[in-house]
Amino acid sequence: MTRPMRMPLAAGFADPVLDAQCCFRAALEAMARPGRVQRVAAPPEAPPPLGGAAAALLLTLADAGTPVWLDAGPAAEAWLRFHAGCPIAAMPGEAAFLLATGAPPPLARLAAGSEEEPHRSATLILQVASLAEGDGWRLSGPGIEREHRLRVEGSPPGFAAEWAANHARIPQGVDLFLCAGDRLAALPRSTTLIPG
Amino acid sequence: MSEATGTGPGGDGQQGLAGDPARRRWMGVLARASAAEIAARLDGLPPLPAHRRLRAPETGLVMLRGRQGGDGQPFNLGEMTVTRCSVTLPDGATGHAYVAGRDRRQAELAAVLDALLQDPARRPALLAAVIEPLAEAQAARAARQAARAAATRVQFFTMATMR
Amino acid sequence: MAYVAVKGGERAIEAAHAWLAEARRGEPAVPELGVDQVEEQLGLAVDRVMAEGACYDRGLAALAIKQARGDLIEAAFLLRAYRTTLPRFVAGAPLDTGAMRIRRRISATYKDLPGGQVLGPTFDYTHRLLDFALAAEGEAPPPPPEAPAEAERMPRVTGILAQEGLMQPEARGEAPAEAEPPDLTREPLAFPAARPLRLQSLARGDEGFLLALGYSTQRGYGNAHPFVGEIRMGEVAVEITPPELGFPIEIGEVTLTECQMVNQFAGSKTEPPQFTRGYGLTFGHAERKAMAMALVDRALRARELGEEATAPAESEEFVLYHCDNVEATGFVEHLKLPHYVDFQSELEKIRQLRATALREAAE
Repeated sequence: MTRPMRMPLAAGFADPVLDAQCCFRAALEAMARPGRVQRVAAPPEAPPPLGGAAAALLLTLADAGTPVWLDAGPAAEAWLRFHAGCPIAAMPGEAAFLLATGAPPPLARLAAGSEEEPHRSATLILQVASLAEGDGWRLSGPGIEREHRLRVEGSPPGFAAEWAANHARIPQGVDLFLCAGDRLAALPRSTTLIPG
Repeated sequence: MSEATGTGPGGDGQQGLAGDPARRRWMGVLARASAAEIAARLDGLPPLPAHRRLRAPETGLVMLRGRQGGDGQPFNLGEMTVTRCSVTLPDGATGHAYVAGRDRRQAELAAVLDALLQDPARRPALLAAVIEPLAEAQAARAARQAARAAATRVQFFTMATMR
Repeated sequence: MAYVAVKGGERAIEAAHAWLAEARRGEPAVPELGVDQVEEQLGLAVDRVMAEGACYDRGLAALAIKQARGDLIEAAFLLRAYRTTLPRFVAGAPLDTGAMRIRRRISATYKDLPGGQVLGPTFDYTHRLLDFALAAEGEAPPPPPEAPAEAERMPRVTGILAQEGLMQPEARGEAPAEAEPPDLTREPLAFPAARPLRLQSLARGDEGFLLALGYSTQRGYGNAHPFVGEIRMGEVAVEITPPELGFPIEIGEVTLTECQMVNQFAGSKTEPPQFTRGYGLTFGHAERKAMAMALVDRALRARELGEEATAPAESEEFVLYHCDNVEATGFVEHLKLPHYVDFQSELEKIRQLRATALREAAE
């Protein structure tokens, strides 16, 4: 049975439909052009530690059909449940979307889809300290003509190796959004990452 | 759906009204009234206080369910449009509305009134001026329909028995 | 099949759309049809589009009918497409049709059942003679008569039979743990399909297809002995429990038509002879659809009741794969899209075969 939730105090998107459509467009751009940084309009009252881009992505992508796992605390959970209506997953492996503000759960433990249905996989939203194009990781693969450079401050230790293992599972695997403030970039599972 | 974790029950000071039959009733009455009908009842009352949109009016769907055979296991019948809105008042009171259809203005008015009606000081006047007249109009419509149905009820009479 | 991307035709398409818009409007000297007029005066078309579009919204269905120029399958398609743009907030509590505010309620099995036979606004006793008065500018009809409404309950016929133990009870899960019913808008159909999934599919199925199948069961393609236990039509409250509230609230009402068809069942190894139910439930006032749905629901239960299932209406794959008119129209109508490459290969093959045949005939 449903239990009443703690009183939500903060607003979500000012215009739930238009703001979500704008953010969806940015997410689409980010996935189509891995490593290119997009800016999104952040919901003004997202409770910390939720960053603007991560909060906007969750409001855009999560709904009643997508269990979400997050490590951002009860205020963020209540806010997200109220605005997105999504169930909160107890285990990372049960989630369709995950938000990590701290150390993320191992990629190998997340839903990776099946050979028949590779789309039934998780998308990880990872909050990092900063994102900048120009140097840093060397990214290549579909959506990238030769190479994109993306500098990511605050990615978890050992991430490059973990990503390589994730990439090797294609067509299965996890897709990734990196968020810093109101900026986001994406690494679909098809992207190859060389630390730089 | 899996049960949410980390969102403890209540604690918002509103629990006295959670599931309160009076609150359920006014929410049901407002859901059945058009924006114009609600606005007409507010005419002549002091203006509503300014409110902040916690969740702006948004139209979505509710999946309606039937029961197989009429009383068996549930099945999904089809969806219906619904518009919801949540607001807060300057005093911190929160109001919610879910109303069938796509009328954003109705949803917002219903949410504001839900917030106001939770205030015991304001409640009696608002019930008298807004909710009761709307409820009476709805009951009158239902009664007229029932009377029309009653007029089409067949009064059987038995013919003389034939041999 | 192979497809080749072909470009071009934009201008032709634009011109076709412009002509379509003009054809939709018709003769400009004739007043334009308002969506509210469709909603109020073509209400049964609205009901059908809501049922087959699987989306209850009278205004949207009326708009779809206007946009589709009265093509109801096209209108259902438009409504289905629109609903995919909306988020689903929550599922409602199962609608309590037993508590319906009755506008019509009839039974063909008991004359004097409690609550009586209530005809409601029905075509049944009209003479089916064209009424030319409607073709003239009509005055508003006088309001229908009213009679004192008794507060008599309207129990279901199936309940009356159940009291005698003559009606097979419906399976029902225990209250809080009641399983989430399957949803074919989220998961593709798979067979064997449980009855809740079949009912969802039939509820959005094409009325004409279900009518024909239901009819076939009466004519011998199936082992049906149906009686209309009860048909009821009226308004039912919609109740949901928003997670942020945690208690149920009513969000409005819907008009529904329900048909409980009572069917003889000869009994099996585990169950004594008794009556079983075929069930129909649809949006709006849609009696023919609800009755046809109930006949087909019962026919599809043949296998689970241990009856021989040989008729088309008893084959769940046949019925469920073909009852959706939006899917059906998509696949039938796709045949008019360019198949130039497929056809070229067909042409070559026929020419070769023909040449071979002619050569052999000449030898």
